[in-house]
Amino acid sequence: MQYLFAAFCAVWIVLFLYLLSLSRRQRALSREVEALRHMMERKNTSGAS
Amino acid sequence: MKKFAPFADNILPWLTCLTMLTALAAVFLYVPNEQVQGAPQRIFYFHLPAAWNTFLGFFIVAGASASYLWQGDRFSDLLAQAAAEVGMLFCTLVLITGSIWARPIWGVWWTWDPRLTMVAILWTIYAAYVLLRVLAGDNELIARYAAVLGIVGVLDIPILYVAVRLWRGIHPKVERMAPEMAWTLLVCTGAFLCLFAWLLWLRLRSLKLQDEIAALRREALTSS
Repeated sequence: MQYLFAAFCAVWIVLFLYLLSLSRRQRALSREVEALRHMMERKNTSGAS
Repeated sequence: MKKFAPFADNILPWLTCLTMLTALAAVFLYVPNEQVQGAPQRIFYFHLPAAWNTFLGFFIVAGASASYLWQGDRFSDLLAQAAAEVGMLFCTLVLITGSIWARPIWGVWWTWDPRLTMVAILWTIYAAYVLLRVLAGDNELIARYAAVLGIVGVLDIPILYVAVRLWRGIHPKVERMAPEMAWTLLVCTGAFLCLFAWLLWLRLRSLKLQDEIAALRREALTSS
């Protein structure tokens, strides 16, 4: 039974770590997109005025 | 991709959680122990769907890479990248679960059986593909080389499939199983397919965001 638990724990740990890394990457990218959009908007408004 | 977004964002995560919980319940509470191998045989219910997901992922890489080489469309390239990473994840799970199963059944963590060797080769090919894509960035020439590798790599799968018969390996073959075992395998396969689709979607979305960032940077540079 210990091997069965070891295998399932390994599966869940690997999946959890991958999901965690995906969500971190996703959050960082979303923040960067927002920052770049704000920068572009500021540039456009200052250019227009 | 936009049409699929509401389903992938709102339904797919919950569907994956629900099917995974059902699969766990089936493996630990429903299916009986196999007479010869005992409890470690239950590892098979996650090992085999993970292997099928690996093949699915790498077939998507090959198809999307062929489409990218043929038409040069960006979406195919992103799909190939995302499928390679998710396929690699499942291939790693296949190697880990297989190794943990082998210890009590064969008495070793690893042996150079033909099928195991072919899986190790498959893992190495697509690890090289993922590494190439990560290191290359936006280089189109390297993206094309990687696409060729993605297509050639998939040829390992049919060899892997017939390896047990061709070279008389010791890896077990699934021929017949009790109805409870077949049902459990079906539930686990469904759960793993949902998980595959969800992970592929998440990775594809982050690659699209990376593309968007690159476009915004280019725009910022040209306007300054």
